[in-house]
Amino acid sequence: MQNDFVRHLRQHSTGMYRKNRWQKLHLDMPLILLLMLLCGIGLMVLYSASEQSQHYLKRQMVFYAVGFVVMLVTAQLSPRLLARWALLPYAIGLLLLVAVLFFGVGAKGAQRWLELGGFRFQPSEIMKVAVPLMLASYLGQRHLPPTLRYVLAALLMMVLPALLVGLQPDLGTALLIFASGFFVLFLAGLHKRYMLGAGLLAMAAIPLFWLFLLHDYQKQRILTLLDPQADRLGSGWNIIQSTTAIGSGGWQGKGWMQGTQSQLDFLPEPHTDFIIAVFSEEFGLAGVLSLLGLYLLIVGRCLFLALRASNMFGRLLAGSIALTFFVYVVVNMGMVSGVLPVVGVPLPLVSYGGTSIVTLMLGFGMLMAVCVDKR
Amino acid sequence: MRLLHLPSSVSHLSERAINQELKDSQREQSLYVLRLLVAAAVVLGLALALGLRYYSLQIESHQHYVAASEENRVHVRPVAPIRGLIYDRNGELLADNRPSFILRIVVERTDDLDGLLAQLRQMVDISDQQVAQFKKRLQRRHPYEAIALRYNLSERERGILAVDAHRLPGVEVAAQVVRYYPQKERLAHVLGYVSRISEGDLRGRDEQRYRGTDVIGKRGLEYHYEDILLGGVGSENVETNSRGRVMRVLERNDPQPGKNLQLFLDSRLQQVALDALQGERGSVVALDTTTGGVLAMVSAPGYDSNLFVTGISHKDYGELRDSLDKPLLNRTLQGTYPPASTVKPAYGLAMLKSGVATANTEVWAPGHFRLPNIDHEYRCWERRGHGHVNMRSAIQQSCDIYFYKLAYQMGIDQMAPMGRSVGLGQPTGIDMSGEKVGVMPSREWKQGARGVSWYHGDTINASIGQGFTAATPLQLAVMAMRLANRGESRPPKLVQSVGGEPIDLEPPMQHIVADSAHWDVVQGAMESVIHTLKGTANAVAKGLQYRMAGKTGTAQVVSIAQGEKYDAEILTKRTLPHALFIGYAPADDPKIAVAVIIENGEKSSRSAKVARQVMDAWLLEYSDQPLVTDDGQ
Repeated sequence: MQNDFVRHLRQHSTGMYRKNRWQKLHLDMPLILLLMLLCGIGLMVLYSASEQSQHYLKRQMVFYAVGFVVMLVTAQLSPRLLARWALLPYAIGLLLLVAVLFFGVGAKGAQRWLELGGFRFQPSEIMKVAVPLMLASYLGQRHLPPTLRYVLAALLMMVLPALLVGLQPDLGTALLIFASGFFVLFLAGLHKRYMLGAGLLAMAAIPLFWLFLLHDYQKQRILTLLDPQADRLGSGWNIIQSTTAIGSGGWQGKGWMQGTQSQLDFLPEPHTDFIIAVFSEEFGLAGVLSLLGLYLLIVGRCLFLALRASNMFGRLLAGSIALTFFVYVVVNMGMVSGVLPVVGVPLPLVSYGGTSIVTLMLGFGMLMAVCVDKR
Repeated sequence: MRLLHLPSSVSHLSERAINQELKDSQREQSLYVLRLLVAAAVVLGLALALGLRYYSLQIESHQHYVAASEENRVHVRPVAPIRGLIYDRNGELLADNRPSFILRIVVERTDDLDGLLAQLRQMVDISDQQVAQFKKRLQRRHPYEAIALRYNLSERERGILAVDAHRLPGVEVAAQVVRYYPQKERLAHVLGYVSRISEGDLRGRDEQRYRGTDVIGKRGLEYHYEDILLGGVGSENVETNSRGRVMRVLERNDPQPGKNLQLFLDSRLQQVALDALQGERGSVVALDTTTGGVLAMVSAPGYDSNLFVTGISHKDYGELRDSLDKPLLNRTLQGTYPPASTVKPAYGLAMLKSGVATANTEVWAPGHFRLPNIDHEYRCWERRGHGHVNMRSAIQQSCDIYFYKLAYQMGIDQMAPMGRSVGLGQPTGIDMSGEKVGVMPSREWKQGARGVSWYHGDTINASIGQGFTAATPLQLAVMAMRLANRGESRPPKLVQSVGGEPIDLEPPMQHIVADSAHWDVVQGAMESVIHTLKGTANAVAKGLQYRMAGKTGTAQVVSIAQGEKYDAEILTKRTLPHALFIGYAPADDPKIAVAVIIENGEKSSRSAKVARQVMDAWLLEYSDQPLVTDDGQ
């Protein structure tokens, strides 16, 4: 019966897809509308979270505009072109990551930015799209499921940039890069036994990580997660304040711009990484579940589109982009609500910040490029 | 879980697919779809987990977090009460509260206190001493309490701080009332002052009452009536942001303002007394003989008590402390002087009571006196002697020999009880802390204090108020009051009403019991001091519009501060005797009793003149019922 269901889905994926004028432009209108709705919510929350700052609001609108343009342009690229040139952004990204190690600038002990002619950017962001692109392109040409040789090669392709980013150190981005690569492998049919082996290996590596790789502040974040009250005014402050904001929201929330935690500056980073706390405080569980629902609709639509990709490269890429998008949501909402350690992952398309918005929209553009293809 | 079994079977199939050399086969697609379904399931599972987490926070623990968020934003702050005001008897304001702007810091809201202090010091003028005092204040404080760093911010400084407020977490500029003494030096010793609470000040006090208050009465009435002036602390619930800035007040429990004090004292009379001293060191105490109310209480020189309110500088304080003129000493209560001849009326009364003398007992006063078998010669201030003197003329002319001789006969055991009855060596019971009791010497006292037995010579010295005898100006005024009232008096009081309610006066006490004939003699003699030509204070009688009684005194300066460098002229000046006078008026119906001391004043008639000016001002002008004088009609 399950096989029947799978077969049905497979036939569905190649069959009854009717073209309309949007599809000629490689655009999926339902997805675009969902994304616009999300951005609208984002602007509303940002206005409250930034204490009615026109400045942040205007800049965020510019970021959204740039993001949509990037998405529309990217969507026009042909899947074949993307697959063929996948190595280019990956190689450039890798070079830049190495450059960051030597010439990077940054603050608070982390070296994440490159400065070119007064323009600052984070090469790690490139990797968020370059790694799934590269892996999808690499594995898409192989017989699937991949054999050990290809699995190891793919593993190297994703671990190398993740490690370089992790060294900056930027655990959040490293995690997202690794996840995006892993999803390609997983969707490509990675053997269960490899996953099991890798899982065990990772478990065994945890003590090594703790002893040699993690910085003190990273360890502190994990310890804080276990007992935020231990250092109320220090590292525990963020989590205590954000859970307090979320918890005090209740069913209905305190109302837009009425959140005392956020409006009185108790929340750290209220307009960037912790924006969900503002949203939860002001719109309550009802708002949170609606937002979560919207995210699920977007992910669902993307997965649905992924099924329609014309070749395996497209399917792998689209699936990875959709799933990585959801990892953002889980990690961000998890860390703000105190169940995951605080790593710098924004709430996708809602948190203030141009880099992450443009990167995400670039991803959606590629997704539409490979999925809404001319037949 | 069953879904997870499928990939292996699919992969088993796909191995065959490789053999078929079929790229993009249906099996690959199936595998992909399956994996996508697994992923979708995981996505849904994670979404469910997130939903549950938020449900647990927002619904199950909602109350807990609501409380936490309230606790976060709402702080209970103490609201300091307004300190009670002090008025004189005519409603003239003597101690006021004025608004002043204060720079305060909530330490919890700052990341780097030292950095913040350095930053503030670049913006406004803050001395090292102020920083040190601030750090001392940090020792005792409640969490989130704002601690004062700088007082009296100027308008310009407030502007500078307002502009940079956002860069200064934890810093606030608050308006606060600050004590102000409009009369400055004139009433410094009476009112005392309030100043920063220091560590020891709250010992034995209810610290809760001082939350939000950072000054406390340190001297004078401000100290003695601290509990009444302070009032009760209030509180308010305020909403603060994470940097401690108050956004709004949610609820308020008003503090209980401190009660106002009204004094018996007349600030105009105080001014008259101060002017009469003409810049000399000394003191003047004037009492209302009916109530015991203090009408004037001057200790000169004074100081500006406002200097202490917001913290006096080391330099200013050093000058006050080290000045030879001792401006910080409240002479009226804490300066002890030999009362000298002002004790003679009291001892005269004792002689009459004990029968050693009658009004007519005559004594030959040759100008010197010698105890039997002792070489030492006791002299009268009048070298030539007074000839034959009786009680009246001895008091009138302040004959020492009369008192030497009869005191020797009477003995210290009869003198000491009388001395104590007029108030010598006894606390006056005034409503002010820190009064000295002075000394009324006696056998027991000398044995106890000096460990030596009493000699006749001691009696001779005591008889003219010298030797061990020491009294404060207030005690001398009390003595004058008791002589005026024929032994009956109330204790001296400064405050007549608290919060508009008159204080219950203690019932008058009969301190001295004596025949009225004896009183007639003594009081008549005191009147003759003024109103007869030979009287030692006859100089003040001219133009007097009422009868006045009194007694002069000239106190030898026993010792002066040795080993200090000052020029010869001042040295000579400071070895001169103190000029004393006690008196009351009108003689037939006493209303005011006055004691005056001019340090190194040399001539007691000068003190008598001061007393007359005070009496004139009171009796003829300022009193509630001024005397109707002969030429006044």
